[in-house]
Amino acid sequence: MSARKAAVRSGLGQGWIELRQSFTNPAELTSHFLWPVLLLIALFFLRDRTFDGFRLGVLVLPSMVGMNAAMGMVSMSQLLTADREDGTLLRAKATPNGMLGYLVGKVVSVAAGLVVDLAILLIPGLLLVDGLTVGGSWVTLFWVLLLGLVATLPLGAVLGSVFTTTRAQGLIQLPVLGLIAISGIFYPITALPGWVQAIGQVFPIYWLGLGMRSAFLPDSFASVEIGDSWRHLETVGVLGAWAVFGLLVAPVVLRRMARRESGSAVAGRRERALRRIG
Amino acid sequence: MKNEMVLAVDGLRMRYGTTDVLQDVTFQARQGETLVLLGPNGAGKTTTIEILEGFRSRSAGDVSVLGCDPASGDERWRSRLGVVLQSWRDHGNWRVQELLAHLGTYYAPYATAEMSRPWDAAELIETVGLTGQARQKIKTLSGGQRRRLDVAIGIVGRPEVLFLDEPTVGFDPVARYEFHQLLQGLGERTTVLLTTHDLDEAGKLADRILVLAGGRIIAAGTPAELTRQIAGSDESRPASLEDAYRQLVRGAAL
Repeated sequence: MSARKAAVRSGLGQGWIELRQSFTNPAELTSHFLWPVLLLIALFFLRDRTFDGFRLGVLVLPSMVGMNAAMGMVSMSQLLTADREDGTLLRAKATPNGMLGYLVGKVVSVAAGLVVDLAILLIPGLLLVDGLTVGGSWVTLFWVLLLGLVATLPLGAVLGSVFTTTRAQGLIQLPVLGLIAISGIFYPITALPGWVQAIGQVFPIYWLGLGMRSAFLPDSFASVEIGDSWRHLETVGVLGAWAVFGLLVAPVVLRRMARRESGSAVAGRRERALRRIG
Repeated sequence: MKNEMVLAVDGLRMRYGTTDVLQDVTFQARQGETLVLLGPNGAGKTTTIEILEGFRSRSAGDVSVLGCDPASGDERWRSRLGVVLQSWRDHGNWRVQELLAHLGTYYAPYATAEMSRPWDAAELIETVGLTGQARQKIKTLSGGQRRRLDVAIGIVGRPEVLFLDEPTVGFDPVARYEFHQLLQGLGERTTVLLTTHDLDEAGKLADRILVLAGGRIIAAGTPAELTRQIAGSDESRPASLEDAYRQLVRGAAL
């Protein structure tokens, strides 16, 4: 077996081990459940409200699934920064083909963790609201999720390379929350002013939400969307463009970041972090 | 081939802005040699070792590690090195044996007829004295145990060159003794480049010592040679390596 193939296999092994770890340690387990539980509480209160004659709960649950899928970007970014801070990335650099294995492992653990998280939200969510057509369009669900992950995970890696400390990484949350607010997740985007709709449509969160609604809702619901349509072609276009951008930029940024890693770089960052705490 | 030149550094220079942190550093090491870089804080020890590890670029000079320039070393070259940094805190949620077995898989494709790779995880754990902790999570290890794990990771690929940057900082005397035994047991195949502040350690482990101060090598030789060199040039006739080192560093600072 070639060394690169072996590294991909090692990476798959790493992904599986890290996935198992994240569901067996209390802190991470809490974070897996906390966010879905909060969303389910919101869903509970929204479920019987209506918009244009449609029940909001039915609209919101698939949107939440789409939003959570996009949040893989944030997890990826946070994990990369943390791994850079504690020296995991430098360890990968010191290992032959370690960076390749590391990235494969990260993608596997983040993507698989995300799918489990989606199930944690979706299964109780389906008991809470009626009127979703799960199973009717598994194909749409599958391609939207897959394309969404390819569009967002490399972007997460890019963001993770930009921030050198987990503290700085916290800054990412604000614009993401802002984007969620204008991406038609908790309320149809058509209720927002035109220029806000335009901004929302630039980013993947809106398109993942729209794609998930198209997978879970009957076609009649498309009337609350822009252009009264699920706009699959545009979804592929925008998510595809982000995917191409991420896949082109991420390797360059990651290589540049990895080149700068050394024992003294890691120690220097730790020293600065300790100074801030002290 | 035995006694082959493994490390060759010639005129190495590192400059940050207008400050030279390394100037005209030149040394060699042959296969199986243990070379100790000794010097005060800020002398340039870590910078030198990071350039040789391929983790840092240099301003000038020629550097060869296992016949290859570290700035352009490929993955096969990387597989022949072991690196132990001043402190690692990674993989805290992994278990000791799990991590060693996992990292070992990256070295398996680089096994040769003469050199089986990687080192079996269970055997390695026994060698570094972590059998009782094999199934423990890494974040629960004590400082000394963590350090032994770092060394185990450094040698899991059976490296031909092992870089150790201040490996025994924070060790108690027993842990230090065990670590020295471990290094001495690595055999003639492994060339070791180690940085330390500990003169006793340098005297015990080094085939040759390089004293680095202010970014320059101010003395080089076996521990006995260094002691003699100073004894011959000074009327107070220092009796130990420690005296020799103090005089050398003081002399360089003047």
